[in-house]
Amino acid sequence: MLFLFLVFCLTVALGTILCSSSGSISGLASAVARLQEQSGVESPVTAVLLNFRGYDTLLEVMVLLLAVISVWSLTKAPVSRQKAEISPVQMGVVRLLAPVMCLVAAYLVWQGSHLAGGAFQGGAILGAAGVLLLVSELDWIRTVPAFAIRIGLILGPVVFTGTALGCLFYSGELLAYPEGMAGWLILLIETACALSIGLTLALLFGGGRPEDDVPEGDIP
Amino acid sequence: MIASVILPLIAGLLCFLFNRRTFIIALAATLANFLIASFLLYQFLIFGPMRCYIGGWQPPLGITLRTDGPALLMLLITAVTGFAVTLYARGYFSHRISDPVRVGRHQRQQRYFWPLWMLLLAGLNGLFLSGDIFNLYVTLEIIGISAASLAALSGKPASQRASFRYLLISLLGSLTYLLGVVFLYRSCGVLDLDLLRNFAVNGSGMHAALTLLTIGLLLKTALVPLHFWLPPAHANALAPVSVILSALVVKGSFYLLFRFWFETFASIVTTQALNFLGTLGAIAILWGAIQAIRQQRLKLMVAYSTVSQLGYLFIAFPLSKAAEGAQVWAIVIFMALTHACAKSAMFMAAGNIYLHLGHDRIKDLSGVRASLPITVFAYGIAGVSLMGLPPSGAFIAKWMLLSSSFASSQWWWPLVIVTGSLLAMVYVFRVMSRFFVILETDTLKNPVPLSPLLEWPALILALISLFLGLLAPWPLHILSRGSMTLAQTFPGGLP
Amino acid sequence: MITTLLYSLTGLILFAMGLFTLIIHSHPLRKILAVNVMATGIFLILVATAYIPLGQGEVDPVPHAMVLTGIVVSVSVTALALIMACRVQETSNLAILKGKKKVKNTQETET
Repeated sequence: MLFLFLVFCLTVALGTILCSSSGSISGLASAVARLQEQSGVESPVTAVLLNFRGYDTLLEVMVLLLAVISVWSLTKAPVSRQKAEISPVQMGVVRLLAPVMCLVAAYLVWQGSHLAGGAFQGGAILGAAGVLLLVSELDWIRTVPAFAIRIGLILGPVVFTGTALGCLFYSGELLAYPEGMAGWLILLIETACALSIGLTLALLFGGGRPEDDVPEGDIP
Repeated sequence: MIASVILPLIAGLLCFLFNRRTFIIALAATLANFLIASFLLYQFLIFGPMRCYIGGWQPPLGITLRTDGPALLMLLITAVTGFAVTLYARGYFSHRISDPVRVGRHQRQQRYFWPLWMLLLAGLNGLFLSGDIFNLYVTLEIIGISAASLAALSGKPASQRASFRYLLISLLGSLTYLLGVVFLYRSCGVLDLDLLRNFAVNGSGMHAALTLLTIGLLLKTALVPLHFWLPPAHANALAPVSVILSALVVKGSFYLLFRFWFETFASIVTTQALNFLGTLGAIAILWGAIQAIRQQRLKLMVAYSTVSQLGYLFIAFPLSKAAEGAQVWAIVIFMALTHACAKSAMFMAAGNIYLHLGHDRIKDLSGVRASLPITVFAYGIAGVSLMGLPPSGAFIAKWMLLSSSFASSQWWWPLVIVTGSLLAMVYVFRVMSRFFVILETDTLKNPVPLSPLLEWPALILALISLFLGLLAPWPLHILSRGSMTLAQTFPGGLP
Repeated sequence: MITTLLYSLTGLILFAMGLFTLIIHSHPLRKILAVNVMATGIFLILVATAYIPLGQGEVDPVPHAMVLTGIVVSVSVTALALIMACRVQETSNLAILKGKKKVKNTQETET
């Protein structure tokens, strides 16, 4: 009960501060509006996310990868002993929905440059498609080699880092896109990241590492 | 400058992709990291503090990386300790895998240790170099996630519980920090640390923001009374992981805390708040030391010793008004550097003893001196550094603490410091004395000789911590050069 | 202006509720959900911060970017925390995380 009282006092204190500070500062909106044309995309959020503060997004993509590595280090993916009876309705729906979801994800990634959208939104839809496939326990899913899965997972971070380093060598500053290429480079990064993010989310649902990820025998 | 962060990132990606040749990648990456840190330090000595605008965007919109004295010293010690841990981990896993018991578990541990450790290193470097408060949140998250999953790597039930708690506490700390950032943005509208310094005027919003940031970082730094997660997590982890957690991870959030209190928000801290933190630090010293003396297992004792040593870092807070200029930074940096090296050496020694004997019960540690002389020597020297005997860096730090407290007539701090050192002596020697006892009925369970990779990093780190005091003028010189107002911008981006 | 204030206060109340649940309740799943609620509260305050009254320019996109980053981090950590909770339950056969006193007595150390 004492803790409840403490939390209540904390909330009241912070609430009064919130009330007093609202509407006083304009923030960075004007700065973004001023530099919008140089960023290569029309959506201000995408501009901030992938151009002005692209370094944050790079680290954030690494966080997703980190989560997958951590989950893989903890446990193996659970494999059900018996083949579950998947109803034909579910299979039909999956066959219809999964390609449509991929299409919607691609559209969202494309749309990110001028409206709300982008890598994370598209990646979330792709992840949902992956979850759908995992739930339907399709036969070919368990046979994908771990190396291919790893390639897919690091594709997004590698493309992002590679582009950033390329800009470093070209323009002398990390993530400083060359003139006129900014929009296309951002689209490239977003596509690769969307693929990786979708795979990451689906694998996080999968709940563990594939069987052939840890090699047997002494590792040099 | 950016390479400090990008290089371990790439190494982590490669270590994850390939699961066979990972040690070479990690070794190359940590060696390169050390070279980069030294190079940055060399450039700092010539040019002074530097900034790097990522993407070419100036603040307030872009993110800056900045180097100054304290940041570079922390970067360097992270690089040195990181290199030593890499070698130690290699020896550790080879030793474990050569033992035919439970090979599969150790292979899993080895396969995932390297990518996690490389990404943790990237996060740490990012934290020390960053100049943007939201970027610091992301680096704190990277560090928290990788540290928690490294802690869980061992697979034993106690470690799973401890690392789950660690993850939740780390998350609570990050969210509180983020709430502080939100309040800060509402009051100031900027996220860059240098610009925030101009906005730091007395106001309820700023005070609330600083309080929230502080609580979040204190949770991550395990100051009493928020320390309860640390001993189980550090003690139940694998030996190399304990080293990383105790020596590096807690230093990161402490460094951030110190920077906020004495550089970014220096104009709004109050004396009462400083005294409050100092009191908590004093309690941490005494409580941690008493708990360390009571422990029956070696690794738990070393973990409680970490709790105690972190308290010394916080006693520097109330003495900052008395100490002049760079001395406050000097106290803290010396203590942090010494503790990083000495605690690494101690955890490595504890790991070696466990590998050799198969257990770490303190009362059964007799006879180790004969079979592991280098390890015992390393433990002894690390203990000397922790106690604060000259010429270790801790001695310099405690000397400066004592002189500033006498200068400002706050006589109670020296009492705590001296008592803390005496208690440290008790818990160090309690174990040392067991080492030198040789009973007739001694039979060692596992007489496999330990590889030199396991023993020598411990000894070298212990020696570094011991002789840090002899090198004292050099870090002091570096610290006194670090004034960010004279920063020279490097838009070209340093490698 | 009153709308943004309501959003901000709601976010703060969510944060407080999550904080309370995180500390008091002992079931791991409850704690994870509490952390999610706390994060959502913070994001709500951030979104309210981004609002600029009509006619005074574009909406502030930096808090939006912060929220996106925060959501991604929150998702990753939630997934990790859930798997860890599963591991705790597998290895210790506990559905409820015991308090710190209990754990200290039954501690083993492993290097």
